[in-house]
Amino acid sequence: MKHIISLLMENEAGALSRVAGLFSARAYNIESLTVAPTEDATLSRMTIVTSGSDEVIEQIIKQLNKLVDVVKVLDLNDGRHIERELMLVKVKATGALREDMKRISDIFRGRIIDVADGSYTIELTGSGSKLDAFLEALDKSVILETVRTGASGIGRGDRILKV
Amino acid sequence: MDDSNQHKTGQISGAEIIMRCLHEENVKFVFGYPGGAVLHIYDALFKQNKFKHILVRHEQAAVHAADAYARATGEVGVALVTSGPGATNAVTGIATAYMDSIPMVVISGQVPTAAIGMDAFQEVDMVGVTRPCVKHNFLIKDVRDIASTIKKAFYIASSGRPGPVVVDIPKDITADLADFDYPKTVEMRSYTPVIKGHSGQIKKAVKILLEAKRPMIYTGGGLVLGDASNELVKLAKALGYPVTNTLMGLGGYPATDKQYVGMLGMHGTYEANNAMQECDVLLAVGARFDDRVIGNPDHFLSVPRTIIHIDVDPSSISKRVRVDVPIVGHVQSVLSEMNELLAAETKKPDANAMKAWWSKIDGWRSIKSASYEQSSSIIKPQYVIEKLWEVTKGDAYITSDVGQHQMWAAQYYKFDKPRRWINSGGLGTMGVGLPYAMGCQLADPKAQVACVTGEGSIQMNIQELSTCKQFHLPIKVILLNNRYLGMVRQWQEFFYENRYSESYMDSLPDFVKLAESYGHVGMNIEKPGDVEGALQDAFAMKDKFVFMNFMTDQKENVFPMVPNGKGLSEMILGTDPNKDAAAPAMEG
Repeated sequence: MKHIISLLMENEAGALSRVAGLFSARAYNIESLTVAPTEDATLSRMTIVTSGSDEVIEQIIKQLNKLVDVVKVLDLNDGRHIERELMLVKVKATGALREDMKRISDIFRGRIIDVADGSYTIELTGSGSKLDAFLEALDKSVILETVRTGASGIGRGDRILKV
Repeated sequence: MDDSNQHKTGQISGAEIIMRCLHEENVKFVFGYPGGAVLHIYDALFKQNKFKHILVRHEQAAVHAADAYARATGEVGVALVTSGPGATNAVTGIATAYMDSIPMVVISGQVPTAAIGMDAFQEVDMVGVTRPCVKHNFLIKDVRDIASTIKKAFYIASSGRPGPVVVDIPKDITADLADFDYPKTVEMRSYTPVIKGHSGQIKKAVKILLEAKRPMIYTGGGLVLGDASNELVKLAKALGYPVTNTLMGLGGYPATDKQYVGMLGMHGTYEANNAMQECDVLLAVGARFDDRVIGNPDHFLSVPRTIIHIDVDPSSISKRVRVDVPIVGHVQSVLSEMNELLAAETKKPDANAMKAWWSKIDGWRSIKSASYEQSSSIIKPQYVIEKLWEVTKGDAYITSDVGQHQMWAAQYYKFDKPRRWINSGGLGTMGVGLPYAMGCQLADPKAQVACVTGEGSIQMNIQELSTCKQFHLPIKVILLNNRYLGMVRQWQEFFYENRYSESYMDSLPDFVKLAESYGHVGMNIEKPGDVEGALQDAFAMKDKFVFMNFMTDQKENVFPMVPNGKGLSEMILGTDPNKDAAAPAMEG
């Protein structure tokens, strides 16, 4: 099952490679991994999307906690949470496609952020599955380029991950 | 402190700061090898006399010796190596210590800060190379961070589940000047090991233990590392339950005690493995249910039992085998608490159930799985270990390398004390034996130290004969020389239809002459009748390094054996007449 794991770690050189190395050394899946400093510049917040049986997820959480640089780990799937991902898609926009692309972008609440003679660049945020759905709604031949950030997640309401 | 080290400003060099840090940590030995990137450090080392530097002949041996020093004393072992090849040579030693959770600080030199990333001479990304095999590592980028980093390194290495920590220090940083201020304590928000176990869980565990009909206590390296042997003996005695130790846990419970059922696992005793399999309540202490210990986890779990698991590392719990009562905490603290609860408890173990259980165990014991056929013409390796145990009165530090000799040493030397059996259980590193013996002998100069080894393993760090000469280490090498990589040969015999691919050791040196060339004593022993006398002669030479070359049976195998992927109760027995009853077909 897919899990979104959030963690806070010391914002130090090499910290990211410790997490990435742990996943490869123990043969855990990484679907996506995002990281950036928090409002406290000494801390980085990381969101890892992974999948595995309950036993594997339990081990992942324990192994992450064991890393000396990791301050806190939270499995967002243990409670209600919100997931958001940003995607930029460059699509063909010639002739009739210009109107089609605009319309489909509107349906998914995307924004066209760059316009060129033959293409649009559409910005879209949402859950991973919404972004997947958008790509599926497009004909493959019109997609020129996609870039996704990987998911960021946060707990709903009072669930707070903070030092 | 030594005022001559103080510069006009009151500041001292990074190299001098490193020395002061090691003094603050009461380090007695640093095992190392100099080189370009650590020249400033070695210059500062030259000017101090608070600890002794042991110059090895290969960096791998420096790390192994520091590791053994830590295993024997419980203190943090310290090694010092230069950048590049010095650092990579240390990696096998670091990985060995990591697998067995040994507290160690390895200081490695690094090329100057400005040269990092430039593919400089003797540059290697040591932090990157060692990341998967250290508890933690640091690259110091500012001389003002040296003291706090080394303090952290010692703290991390020795607390929680111990492990090696690498501190990589660029050469320019060791020349830069700074004030020396050693922190008294360490506070790390990201690292707070648990010590005390959950009292509710401990109560629950005691209750379950007292209700057991077929209990078993299984302890590992964590019990030894956690210095909880006394607490375990107290607990086991109060309950009267059988105890088994893992390879890493030998000596955690006295092997000569009647409640001890021997080592378990791939080459464990019939009684230990069967009791593990058939118990209804299992207390696991500082042990991790690894593949060499419980064999196939599915087979192990096919029998229902309640498992209580005490470990300082939460990630060791429910990793290979799901447990019912996890207790995260320091084993010594948790066992003490259990002992207190037991003392206050009116309920006693079920005497009738225990009588039946012990009678079953004694039945397994009567098979005498750890026996061999003595020969009058050829030396049996097991016999050498039995005599070694007798001659040293069971009180020596025994280091071993890896292979058949390691298993025979583990099976036939009865360890009554913890920290006496020093071997590479996790990584299985051939070549550790001799440097391990060096670390033990330095830790306890008057003690008897024997390195049980094979002709394959000993040649992997044979250059250390020179170090032993320089530092007058009166180690006794017990070479069980069967002219084969014995464990490889054994598997080839069992699982590869006797195709002995590259497992024959040809062109062996004359070990006696080799030892003598270093100024040591060499002995060849070829007849069973000479074994005991030779051992007595060797151990009587209290100030001599003696290299004993025992020519042993080439075809002897290690029994019992749980084949890879099999269950604990599916063992192959050796010479026992009943073996067919228990032995399944041999398969890989």
